[in-house]
Amino acid sequence: MSQGNRADQYDQMNGNEGGVTVADEVTISARNVVKVFGQGASQMRALDDVSVDIRRGEFFTLLGPSGCGKTTLLRLIAGFEMPSAGTILLEGADITTLPPNRRPVNTVFQSYALFPHLTVAQNVAFGLEMLGKPAAEVRATTERMLALVKLEALAGRKTSQLSGGQQQRVALARALAPQPKVLLLDEPLSALDLKLRKEMQIELKRLQLETGITFVFVTHDQEEALTMSDRIGVMSNGKLQQVGSAKDIYTRPKNRFVASFIGETNFLTGTAEAGGVRLPTGDLISIGLSAADVGRAATVTLRPEQLRLGAVSDPGAIPARVAALVYFGTDTHCHLHLSDGTEVVARLQSPADGESGLVQGQEVGIGFAPGAAQRVED
Amino acid sequence: MSPAEENAVRTSARNGWLLSTPALVVLTFAAAGPLLIVLVYSFLTPGQHGNVIWEFSTGGWVGILWSKDIFTGEWALADAHLSIFWRSLWLSLLTTVFTFVVGFPTAWFIATRAPKERALWLFLITIPFWTNLLIRTYAINEVLRKEGLMNTVLMGLGITDTPIEVLYTPTAIFIGMTYVYLPLMVLPLFAAIDRFDMKLLEAAYDLYASRWRVLRRVILPIVKPGIVAGSILVFVPSLGAYVTPRVLGGGKQMMIGNFIELQFLQGKNWPLGAALSMLLLMIVMVALLVYVRYANKGSSGHG
Amino acid sequence: MAERSFHVARLPGFATTAIIVFLALYLPIITLVVYSFNASTSLAVWGGFSLDWYAKAWANTQVKDATMRSLIIASFAALISTTVATMAALGTTRRRAFKGQTAIYVMINQPLMVPEIVTAVALMILFGLIKQATGIHGLGYLILAHSAFCIPFAYLPIRARLEGMDLTLETAAADLYATPWQTFRRVTLPLLAPGMIAGAMLAFVISLDDVVITEFVKSGGQDTLPTYMLGQLRRQLTPEINAISTMLLAVTVVLLTAFFLLTRKKD
Ligand SMILES: Nc1ncnc2c1ncn2[C@@H]1O[C@H](COP(=O)(O)OP(=O)(O)OP(=O)(O)O)[C@@H](O)[C@H]1O
Ligand SMILES: [Mg+2]
Repeated sequence: MSQGNRADQYDQMNGNEGGVTVADEVTISARNVVKVFGQGASQMRALDDVSVDIRRGEFFTLLGPSGCGKTTLLRLIAGFEMPSAGTILLEGADITTLPPNRRPVNTVFQSYALFPHLTVAQNVAFGLEMLGKPAAEVRATTERMLALVKLEALAGRKTSQLSGGQQQRVALARALAPQPKVLLLDEPLSALDLKLRKEMQIELKRLQLETGITFVFVTHDQEEALTMSDRIGVMSNGKLQQVGSAKDIYTRPKNRFVASFIGETNFLTGTAEAGGVRLPTGDLISIGLSAADVGRAATVTLRPEQLRLGAVSDPGAIPARVAALVYFGTDTHCHLHLSDGTEVVARLQSPADGESGLVQGQEVGIGFAPGAAQRVED
Repeated sequence: MSPAEENAVRTSARNGWLLSTPALVVLTFAAAGPLLIVLVYSFLTPGQHGNVIWEFSTGGWVGILWSKDIFTGEWALADAHLSIFWRSLWLSLLTTVFTFVVGFPTAWFIATRAPKERALWLFLITIPFWTNLLIRTYAINEVLRKEGLMNTVLMGLGITDTPIEVLYTPTAIFIGMTYVYLPLMVLPLFAAIDRFDMKLLEAAYDLYASRWRVLRRVILPIVKPGIVAGSILVFVPSLGAYVTPRVLGGGKQMMIGNFIELQFLQGKNWPLGAALSMLLLMIVMVALLVYVRYANKGSSGHG
Repeated sequence: MAERSFHVARLPGFATTAIIVFLALYLPIITLVVYSFNASTSLAVWGGFSLDWYAKAWANTQVKDATMRSLIIASFAALISTTVATMAALGTTRRRAFKGQTAIYVMINQPLMVPEIVTAVALMILFGLIKQATGIHGLGYLILAHSAFCIPFAYLPIRARLEGMDLTLETAAADLYATPWQTFRRVTLPLLAPGMIAGAMLAFVISLDDVVITEFVKSGGQDTLPTYMLGQLRRQLTPEINAISTMLLAVTVVLLTAFFLLTRKKD
């Protein structure tokens, strides 16, 4: 398919309800990006060889613990900071050293950064004016943007007279008004209370679909990431650990960090055999492994909600003893000990009367569907 | 660092310098630079009617402490000079101590007002600070005069029947300097007390401390940086005071500042005046260095 | 009802001392102002209310000239010092610490550290040499000297304002396609303006109040209001001096009140 064709398709998609992303067309591409802060002993590698392709029109989320480099990556894309090594491409063009005012990329700041000396409308019009758009167009676009975020009534207000949620909307409208190729959002919802946050999550998703603009969204709230994103990039220690859809990342985590950072999980370590991983207890967890792995140590992850408890004699079941039961309302966490003492947690849906029918010390057999066990790197 | 990063850092530093340049030029030409000329002048020979002859001489520096008898040609300690230095020193120290003694309660009082009221009190202490020094000195002059407010009140109350003549005595200068420099003590003290966490007082009282002990053992040690700053802010201008001793000392009770003026404006001995200026500057610099070292030690937690 | 409860922050005698201090600070100034309205020639006897001394001061050409001179010098000094201090503040804040930054700070604050009399002597010598060499005796020397010692006073509020300013606002402007100059014009400058006005007002007050440096630097016939007053203090005093002082005081208080309103933090 030719470039032009794709662009047409992309344009047609604008305004289309539930527009699906055009796969494979890359908007932002980071290649082997390194960012080092400070010098000498106090040197700090905020980004360590990060490469990622962000596709046109997708809702891409950067997820990771505090200090892992999410903001730094965003600032490099926006042009506020320059990489120590590596390149950043926008639609194939190298923009690594292009100043921020010449990049068709806009940011929604965590603190909103609304200009206090300007009104709501003047804030929204700012970028358009800087681009030298004719006054009529500025006015029309500003009005459209204010309508988009439902703030027409407050156009003349000073920004200091707005609530947190309203400021958030102005920041969004201001960043969207120049119709950037990419919108960067650094934890835009973290300052809002839970209820407003849920509303804005829906709002953001709606805006992204309506405008078709590529969103790069930063959060350290995994639920937010899972529910909103087309794809998620999980970061830790300045490295991008895994990139994939929410389902990919949850069901097929690449390594221990990803598996444990998103949701809860159990890790079981053993030795790789032809049929699967042999645990020290002698039990075999059957998963597909390459022949090269045979004889090596291997770790598998098993999500607690994937475990079923049955009789010890069930075929393929791993014998265990119930160590503790913790009732959580919707479900009950059952802490189990394998014969070698390894702890495993199973999450069982609570029955109507809340009684799981298990007692401490009971011998049970742990079972799980084929595919529930996933091999992870350490 | 990538070349682009290095470039950005270099550009930022260069812009910092470029933007500061106009200010630096003005200051070099009209504040810091001329000090070097004073240093040069302190090593020249005095001219006949003021000014200098361009011949090297250490006479200016020697003249600070010694003077040559015009008739016998013998060198002797210049008692008149010594008494001026001595007066400057103890008047400045006394002023510093007294401004602290009355300034601390004042600063404490302001800092413990309700936030709304506090701004007003602070404003009231700031107005005299910015008001013309000469006007304030003149105002004190009016109070201390023989027929002034002080004597009118004292005699009206029958405390004394003859007016007390304070004007043109060291006491007048002391009162005047305390009056004009008090805000310089109160403001840094206030800043320090304002940062003071009043919960510490609750903790101290909770641990059975008396009020006096709380003051000695908790408050004063914590607000010490403010005390040091205030003391220097008062001591330095007191030592170099010119207007206050001139107006309230009536030319008889000279301090270093007036003594320097005498050398220049009355055209007596420029190199001596220059040497005295340098000496004053050095004393002030030492005081500031002590302060800087102290201040740095106070925050040495960051290394 | 008197509060009898234990107040941790209350120390015995402190409030009384503070009140006495405030009275002692204001009583002399108030007396001075009151006597400027005295009808009698004497500074000791109250002869009834009158504005005669103001009329007299106003009719006095020396006072009028000195006032004009003071205003001209203070205006120029405020303008120059605020301009260069603004630039310096922009150069020394909110950027990565660079080599020599401390030296710039020291230099800017230098006039606050050196005793006035020393600077006065230094400028008298330097400007004396220049006057001798060029034969030029204009007000320029005084304007330059005042501009220099006003710089730290102008710099302080401007710098404080800059440091309190959210850096992300300028980042946001750049993000929205503003060039560095547009960012400065449209975002930094409007937000900095109150600080600059405050700085200019402080500089104006400081220049207007200066005695020592002016006394040493001025050429013959270049009295400013304060040096004129200093000269008068040696002679027979009349309430005319009180009238002049009161007018100067009024200017200071008005400017300071404006300054406080400008720099007040909005809660
Ligand atoms: N300007 C800077 N100078 C020095 N170190 C920095 C700078 N900016 C970021 N860092 C460091 O780089 C690392 C990554 O920071 P970054 O802000 O990208 O983290 P983050 O993932 O956004 O964290 P958070 O979730 O807390 O916002 C941190 O250790 C931080 O201390
Ligand atoms: Mg961050």
